[in-house]
Amino acid sequence: MAFQTAVDIAKQVASGSLSATTVLEEHLSRITEREGEVHAFNLVTTESARATAQAIDESVAKGRPVGPLAGVPIALKDNMCTRGVPTTCSSKILEGWKPPYDATVVTRLAAAGAVFVGKTNLDEFAMGSSTENSAFGPTRNPLDTSRVPGGSSGGSAAAVAAGFSAASLGSDTGGSIRQPAALCGLVGVKPTYGVVSRQGLVAFASSLDQIGPFTHTVADAALLMEVIAGHDENDSTSLPQPAPSLTAVLDRGVKGMRIGRITDLPEGCEPEVLTRLDEAFETLRRAGATIVDITLPSLSYGLTAYYLVAPAEASSNLARYDGVRYGLRVDAPDLNAMYAATRSQGFGPEVKRRIMLGTYALSAGYFDAYYGKALKVRRLLADDFSRAYSSCDVILTPTSPTVAFKLGEKTNDPLTMYLCDVFTIPTNLVGHAAMSVPFGKGAHDLPVGVQVLAPALGEEQMFMVAAELERGR
Amino acid sequence: MSNATSAPSNSVALPDGWEMVVGLEVHVELDTKTKLFSASPNRFGDDPNTNIDPVTLGLPGALPVLNRRAVELAIRLGLALNCTVQASTFHRKNYFYPDLPKAYQISQYDQPINVNGYLMLPGDVKIGIERAHLEEDTGKSTHFGGSSGRIHGSDYSLVDFNRAGVPLVEIVSKPDIRNSDQARQYVAELRSILLAVGASDAKMEEGSMRVDVNVSVRRTGEPFGTRCEIKNVNSIRAVGKAIDYEARRQIDVLESGGVIRQETRHWDDAEGRTHTLRTKEDADDYRYFLEPDLVLLDPDTEWVDAIRASLPMLPAERRARLSTITGANKESEAVYVIVERGQDDYIATVADAGGDASRALVYVTQAFAEEGSTPRVPAADLARLTILERDAKVTATQAKTILSELVANGGGDAAKIAAEKGFEALDTSAVEQMVDDAIAAQPDAWAKYCAGEEKALGAIVGAVMKASKGKADGKVVTAILLSRKG
Repeated sequence: MAFQTAVDIAKQVASGSLSATTVLEEHLSRITEREGEVHAFNLVTTESARATAQAIDESVAKGRPVGPLAGVPIALKDNMCTRGVPTTCSSKILEGWKPPYDATVVTRLAAAGAVFVGKTNLDEFAMGSSTENSAFGPTRNPLDTSRVPGGSSGGSAAAVAAGFSAASLGSDTGGSIRQPAALCGLVGVKPTYGVVSRQGLVAFASSLDQIGPFTHTVADAALLMEVIAGHDENDSTSLPQPAPSLTAVLDRGVKGMRIGRITDLPEGCEPEVLTRLDEAFETLRRAGATIVDITLPSLSYGLTAYYLVAPAEASSNLARYDGVRYGLRVDAPDLNAMYAATRSQGFGPEVKRRIMLGTYALSAGYFDAYYGKALKVRRLLADDFSRAYSSCDVILTPTSPTVAFKLGEKTNDPLTMYLCDVFTIPTNLVGHAAMSVPFGKGAHDLPVGVQVLAPALGEEQMFMVAAELERGR
Repeated sequence: MSNATSAPSNSVALPDGWEMVVGLEVHVELDTKTKLFSASPNRFGDDPNTNIDPVTLGLPGALPVLNRRAVELAIRLGLALNCTVQASTFHRKNYFYPDLPKAYQISQYDQPINVNGYLMLPGDVKIGIERAHLEEDTGKSTHFGGSSGRIHGSDYSLVDFNRAGVPLVEIVSKPDIRNSDQARQYVAELRSILLAVGASDAKMEEGSMRVDVNVSVRRTGEPFGTRCEIKNVNSIRAVGKAIDYEARRQIDVLESGGVIRQETRHWDDAEGRTHTLRTKEDADDYRYFLEPDLVLLDPDTEWVDAIRASLPMLPAERRARLSTITGANKESEAVYVIVERGQDDYIATVADAGGDASRALVYVTQAFAEEGSTPRVPAADLARLTILERDAKVTATQAKTILSELVANGGGDAAKIAAEKGFEALDTSAVEQMVDDAIAAQPDAWAKYCAGEEKALGAIVGAVMKASKGKADGKVVTAILLSRKG
C-alpha cells in the first residue's frame, strides 16, 4: 500500500495544487471503510478536522503563510491532552474527562497546520505491547487483522498503516512507538529524553516517557520531529535547546560512520529477524560505513530493571485517579471504600498488576532490594553504552524479536509479553534516542523493523543511518 | 508581647532527676505571588477553589515547574538561620487523601536546600537547625456532620485547593531544646527572623506558620527517650503548655513503670492535654522516591552570594545595636519589643539627632505601641523632648504630657509646648526656698529622715510639690534635700 507521505501532502497543500479538504476526505473515507475491523481510534474528530482543513485551504487561497505540516492528517495517541476533547488513556477511570488544555505537542502540530483526525487506541495507560489491554477493545494490525499492531501505541501505528492518517504521534516508555512501528511496517522514533515536551502527556513512567512520530518514511519522521521537538519551559525535564535540523541531513549518507554490532545479543529472535539485521549491516557497509563489534553486558538486565522502575513511577503517577476530582467515582460508604471501589472498577488487570508491582518495589524494607537495585542497573547500562559509543556512532539491533503475533497469543503470559521489549527498553532507561525503520519481511510475509540506537542527542546520525537503510532496503 | 525575652519563666519544673528533650518542626508558608510549581496565586482568604489550575489540581499531563522566587526566599531564610545552602533534590511523598490532589506531596527528602544552621536564644543558648527544606502545601479539608470534626464519621467533606501547592519551608531543629521557655523563645525568634527577611508573614492564627513539637524525657545523663510528636499547637503560648503537659505525662508513665510508645498526639487547647492521634504502627509508608518531573536544584554561588548581600540586619544584631545605643540590657523586654516593632532604627535616629536614647527607648516603648516602624513623630522632635527632660527643663511627669501632645499632633516643638503649658522649670533658688519652708513646717519628719528613715522624706517632697503646683523637678528637690542633710 502506497499512501501519500506527509512531506508530499504539505508541499502540495501549501502550493495550492491539492486542497487540505480533499486530503482529509480521502483519509476519512478510508476510516469509514476499515475502522470497523481495525479499531485504531477511540474517537474520530471528523467535524473539527473538516473545519481545520477548510481553514487551511482558505489561508492558502488568500496567500497567507501556512505551516510545514499544512493539511497533513495526523492522529494522536489518546494519552495526549486535547482541550475540550475526551482524553481517556483507554481507561474507564478517565470516563467523561475533558482536559482544559492542549499538550505542548498538540499546540505545536496545530500551529504547523496539522489536521487532527482523532484520538487513537492504546494499551490502558500505555501499559502493554499489543494494544489488547485497552478498556475499549483491542486494535488490529491492518496488514493482517488476526494479528496485533504491537503496543502500547498500537492505535497510532494502525492509523498510519491503514491510511487513516498520514502520520501520528505515540508515546514510548519502553518501546511503545518502535515495536508497533516494526510490527506495522512504519518508521517510529523515540527521541532523546527531554527533546520533546511531556507537558500534556498523561504520565505512565515520567523518567522514561517520550513522545515521537509514526510515519511511512524517514523524511516524514524528520519533518514531524522538527515541529514537535525543542525546549518547552512548561516541562522541567525539557532540554534547553531548539529542535534538531533533521530533514537537512537525510542525504548525507553514512560514509565513514561506525555502526555498532552487539556480539552478545539476547536470544529469542526469529531467524528471519536476524537475517534482516545482517542485511541491514551489509547495506550500511556497502554505503561506506564500518561495522564495529561491541558488547553490552548489562543489556539483558534492562528488562528486569524496567519492570521495577516503570511500575514504581506508575504506582505514584496513577495514584491521583482516586475518584475525588474527575473521572470515574464509584460511591461507597466511606472514603477508603470509595477509593477501593473506584480503582477496582476503573483500572484493568495489567494496570493493577503494575501498580502493585511498583508499590511493592518502593515499600519500606524492599526499596533497596528492588527499586534501588534497578537504579543501579540504569547506571550500569549507561556506563556500558558510553563505553560502546566510544568505538561506534550508532548501534543496530532488531526492534522486536518477532513479527506481529496473533491476538490472544501472549495475553495469558505477561512475562512472554514483556519480552517483546527486550531490545527497546534499554534506550528508555538511559534516556538515549532510537528509531525503528522497516527493513524487509519476516515470517508470514510480515514486516521486520531494524532499530537504530544513538547516544543522547544523537538524532542527526541516527536519521542519517535510518535514511540509508530506507534507501537500501 | 514578645515571648523571647528573659522574662520570668513560665516553665513548669520537672521532678528532680528528669530532663526533657524537645525538637521543633515549623512549617512556614513563603510569601510568594504564585505557587511552588504553578502560576496560580498564593493568596490567603480568597473564595474556595479560585486559585487553582491544572498543576494545582494534579490533572493528568500537568507538570510542575519550580518557582524561582520561592527558592530565593528559602535561601534567604536558610542564610538567616546560618545554614549551608547546597544542591538539592525533590522527592515524592506518596499517600492518599482528598486534599492531596496528586496523591503525593513534592518535598525535599535526603538532599534539602538548607542544612546545619543554628539560632541563638537569650542567655547565649544555641539551638541547632537540622534542615530547612522546600515542599508544597496540601489543600484544606472541612468535614461536616459527625462529632469528631475528622473525616471518619462525617456526613460529607469539602476540599478547598487554594492552599494546595503553596510553597512551604519546613524548619527542623535539632533536639537541643530543654524546657518550654526555650521552645517559646525559639518560635518567637524564628518568627522575627522570618518577618525580617520577608520570607513569610508567619501568622500562626492563619496557619502560615505551623508548629509540630517532638517531646521526649530522660533521667539526667541517660540517652534520649522515645519521642512523641504533638500536632495542632496553634499559638506560642500553646507550644509551652503542650510541652510541659507532655513531658509531665511521659514522666508519669515512666515512673509508674510504663513505656512510652512512639506516636503522634493531638494537643487539645481547651482541655489542656494531648491525645493519641495515631501510633507508629498505623503510620503511612510514604514510598519516597526521586521526583522524576523535576531536575537537580543547584543554585549557583553568585546567586547565593547576591542573596546573602541583600539580607537585612537580623533581629539579634538589631537588639545588640539598640542595647549599645540605649544602655539597656539586650535581653530586656523593651529591647525585644522595640526590635519586633521595627522601631529600633527610629531610636537610632533620635540618638543621631543628639537625643537621649535611653529616654527615647522608654517613650517609644510606652507611647508608640500603635505606631509602625516609622512613627509619625519626627525623630528630631522626640530628640528635643528627651533633651529638655535630661536637662531638667521639664519634669518626667511634664515630659509625659508633652509626649502625648507630640503623638496626638504627629510631632511638634517640645519646648514650645512646655512654654504653652507653663512647664518652664522653676528657678533653683525658688525651689530651695520651698524646700527650706517645708523642712521648717515639718520638723518631726525632717528629724526622722535625718535619723535614717527614708520614707519620712515623702511628706516633705509632697509639700514642695504642692507649693510648686507640681512644677518642681523631683530630682532637683531630692538633690537639695540631700545637700541640706549634709
